[in-house]
Amino acid sequence: MNVTLPEVAETADTRHLLSVADLGRSGIEEVLRLTDSFVEVSERTIPRVPALRGRTVATLFFEDSTRTRLSFEAAAKRLSADTMTFSAASSSLNKGESLRDTVETVTAMGADALIVRHRSAGVPWQVASWVPAAVINAGDGWHEHPTQALLDCYTVRQALVARGADGAIDGMRVGIVGDVKHSRVARSGVLAWSALGADVTLIAPPTLLPPSLAGWPVRVSHDLDAVLPDLDVVYLLRIQAERMTEALLPSLREYTAVYGLTRRRAELLGKDAVVMHPGPMNRGVEIAAEVAELPCSVITRQVSNGVAVRMAVLFLLLGSGLDA
Amino acid sequence: MAERERMLTPPRGGVFVARAQVMTAEDVRRVLTRIAHEIAERNHGLEDLVLVGLQTGGVPIARRLAGLIHETQGADVPVGSLDVAFYRDDIGLRPVLPEAVTDIPWDLTGQTVVLVDDVLFTGRTVRAALNALSDYGRARAVQLAVMVDRGHRELPVRPDYVGKNLPTRRDEMVDVSEDGVLLGDVVAR
Amino acid sequence: MHEILVGGGTVLDATGARRADVLVGEGRITAVAESIEAPAGALVLDAGGCLVTPGLVDLHTHLREPGREEAETVETGARAAALGGYTAVVAMPNTDPAIDSAAVVRQVLDLGAKAVCQVSVAGAISVGRAGELLAPLAEMAALGVRIFTDDGAGVQDGRLMRRALEYAGPLGVVLAQHCEDASLAAGGHMNEGEWSSRLGIPGVPAEAEEVMVMRDIALARLTGGRVHFLHLSTAGSVAMVGAAKAQGLAVTAEAAPHHLCLTDAEVSGYDTRFKVNPPLRSAADAAAVRRGVASGVIDAIATDHAPHTQEAKEAPFDQAPPGMTGLETTLAVALTELCQAGDDPGRNLKPAEVVAALSWQPAAIAGLSDQGGPVAPGRPAHLCVFDPGQSWVVDPARTASRSRNNPWAGRSLTGRVRHTVYGGEAVVIDGEAQR
Repeated sequence: MNVTLPEVAETADTRHLLSVADLGRSGIEEVLRLTDSFVEVSERTIPRVPALRGRTVATLFFEDSTRTRLSFEAAAKRLSADTMTFSAASSSLNKGESLRDTVETVTAMGADALIVRHRSAGVPWQVASWVPAAVINAGDGWHEHPTQALLDCYTVRQALVARGADGAIDGMRVGIVGDVKHSRVARSGVLAWSALGADVTLIAPPTLLPPSLAGWPVRVSHDLDAVLPDLDVVYLLRIQAERMTEALLPSLREYTAVYGLTRRRAELLGKDAVVMHPGPMNRGVEIAAEVAELPCSVITRQVSNGVAVRMAVLFLLLGSGLDA
Repeated sequence: MAERERMLTPPRGGVFVARAQVMTAEDVRRVLTRIAHEIAERNHGLEDLVLVGLQTGGVPIARRLAGLIHETQGADVPVGSLDVAFYRDDIGLRPVLPEAVTDIPWDLTGQTVVLVDDVLFTGRTVRAALNALSDYGRARAVQLAVMVDRGHRELPVRPDYVGKNLPTRRDEMVDVSEDGVLLGDVVAR
Repeated sequence: MHEILVGGGTVLDATGARRADVLVGEGRITAVAESIEAPAGALVLDAGGCLVTPGLVDLHTHLREPGREEAETVETGARAAALGGYTAVVAMPNTDPAIDSAAVVRQVLDLGAKAVCQVSVAGAISVGRAGELLAPLAEMAALGVRIFTDDGAGVQDGRLMRRALEYAGPLGVVLAQHCEDASLAAGGHMNEGEWSSRLGIPGVPAEAEEVMVMRDIALARLTGGRVHFLHLSTAGSVAMVGAAKAQGLAVTAEAAPHHLCLTDAEVSGYDTRFKVNPPLRSAADAAAVRRGVASGVIDAIATDHAPHTQEAKEAPFDQAPPGMTGLETTLAVALTELCQAGDDPGRNLKPAEVVAALSWQPAAIAGLSDQGGPVAPGRPAHLCVFDPGQSWVVDPARTASRSRNNPWAGRSLTGRVRHTVYGGEAVVIDGEAQR
């Protein structure tokens, strides 16, 4: 009698997480499956496992984002990794040190993984080409924010499972509303949602859409009221005040009137629809304050799942042995 | 768990080719009944006792033991499952991914835990399991039940309940299932 | 100085091609004949299998001196030029200080006098290239400056450009425009389109270039002035310049080698070597630029050699300076990309057409009467000898330039310079610079 042992799953890029595209559908599903285990860890009295003992994870935030940095640091600590924190504000970058010197210095101090956030698109790719450490993109300019997309998909899957479905995202209708053009969350989100089989619609004024959508597996609408009743997921993007000065929008008031999830619009939502936002929210602009508190809002779950998803990513890159 | 994990690498994948059947399904059933009795005898009253199966091989055995204890003693013993992937000492050295989510929905403080696994080999999985258990509370005592003890210990671990002591070579593999226990080799695909 | 015999090659100049040896003495060509016996003591340069052409002329070189000597100097840039087959380059004025006065023109000309190729100087149109006040065009023209440009930026103010064209008319000079509308280009770092959208890099639309091409064609019509369009990169620009020429306007145009063949897809790995201004455009734009060269709408291929240090280029993509080196690779890139057999007229040029766009046509635009041939007795001895069939792999570590930001690094090109003769001196022999 012969027994065939299971193959160990391989991810597309086992050394870095730069883009959602590195993962593909199977990689995303692997992260989501592993996240289940880390959600269990996070719910324990002592939410910590020794998996990455002796490993060092450095957060290199050249652009401030306290919540994302804290989420990664919590993930690393719950895996028992040592953490190092670099933030541009307090760094030698102000003394003229180059990006490459900074990155090489931190790596020389023994960092096994670098969590990189930068206001410029592509910096995590450059960093990955300079040092041997694993690089995780924690947001690069307008480009990508892969762990945000993963935690968003996980949160929707969790909501589906909670109501008795199997958690499959295939065929779901996801609407991403707002400033897609300047949004790394939207770019990673489109890749992740569509890889998992969802049907993505971008809803925004033309000035807040990328100049070309060639090759994007999306539909476009400029009429939120028309598409809202058909959406399973309404994903609101943060609108930034400086967009006004760039002649992209006349005023925040007009934006809210046409593209904001107001209380009135929330009544158009289907009964199982969920509302998401990557944070930080501008209450009263892209989302009405009371809508954020409705049961259909999973915004708080997104934050708590963020730690578990990031544990899964760190474990896959540093601890699973799949990088060997 | 212990057995499968060790054999998954290298080579990845690979096929287990059985050479001999060392226990039949009937042997397995008889041994489990004996262990169920031994557990009941040693932990009289069966109060504050939980069984925790190690993912994946130990979990069905723990469930069967709980069923046998219920049949023979009329007591309901809770069964949990534990995945030790995050506690292993070979993390980063070889592919280690959890097989399933750990399910221990109780505080283990003051409880007697019987860890259940299919095969006891180097003892490293049990070491990891002991660490993991401590994160669920301070158990009063931890005991160990295994279907097969195949020797080659690398850590000071001794089982409390053993189905069968089976001398093996290091490079052999033992497969435990409801249908019995097989001894064989893993061959690269 | 020794006499030099360039033997065994095929001479190619504006008058055609013929098998001939070329004898050089006292800085001039002394004989061109099918078979010349080497005089005693002459240096013999083997040109077997090679084309012997007038030295190449680059309309668009950033030598960085004064001000950015860590990236390039007149000396090192000229050496790179010689290795690329050039015997003359036009140094762009976006130095620090800008070449906007007779004093800085003299400084660069003095540095160029010792260099291994002719260093001609382009002056700025506006003081400090700031686009506000007219620079002293006549004073600079008196020192031999024949091209004026604010390159690095376009002259945004239409009225200033109009006045410059009017004022320059009697000076017999040409105004060269870097066509880029600053408000449409603002904040952009690559071509706007499919790739910029995907990569999250702010884009520069083709129209930012095209609106200024359109305006300057109108101003050329209004003033009768001579306008040269620098580094055209879009299909729309090529079409407009073609139409302007058809109307008989005094306009000329150049294209950079990278715009002939590289596209914005190269940016996908965020490699800052592919950041350049104007940005790499779409494949359709590159095809239109190639056809522009083939049809003659584009008169010259100019390197836009823009050296930057590795430290400067290792910045984030949106902070890295634009520009790529090209002096040592442009001839090979042009031959490789444009001289392929096939139906595409933009890829089916003859080597003679490529050399025309690299030598005598740019020499005419720059007013360099000693350059660009023909290869005939009595002419100054500026020669480029290259093997059109030799393949080689670009190795930036071997460059003579101070900078290594070459986009063709590691790629294989066909066509290699063997010897360069400048003013009767063999400055490159068998691919090695002699000083």
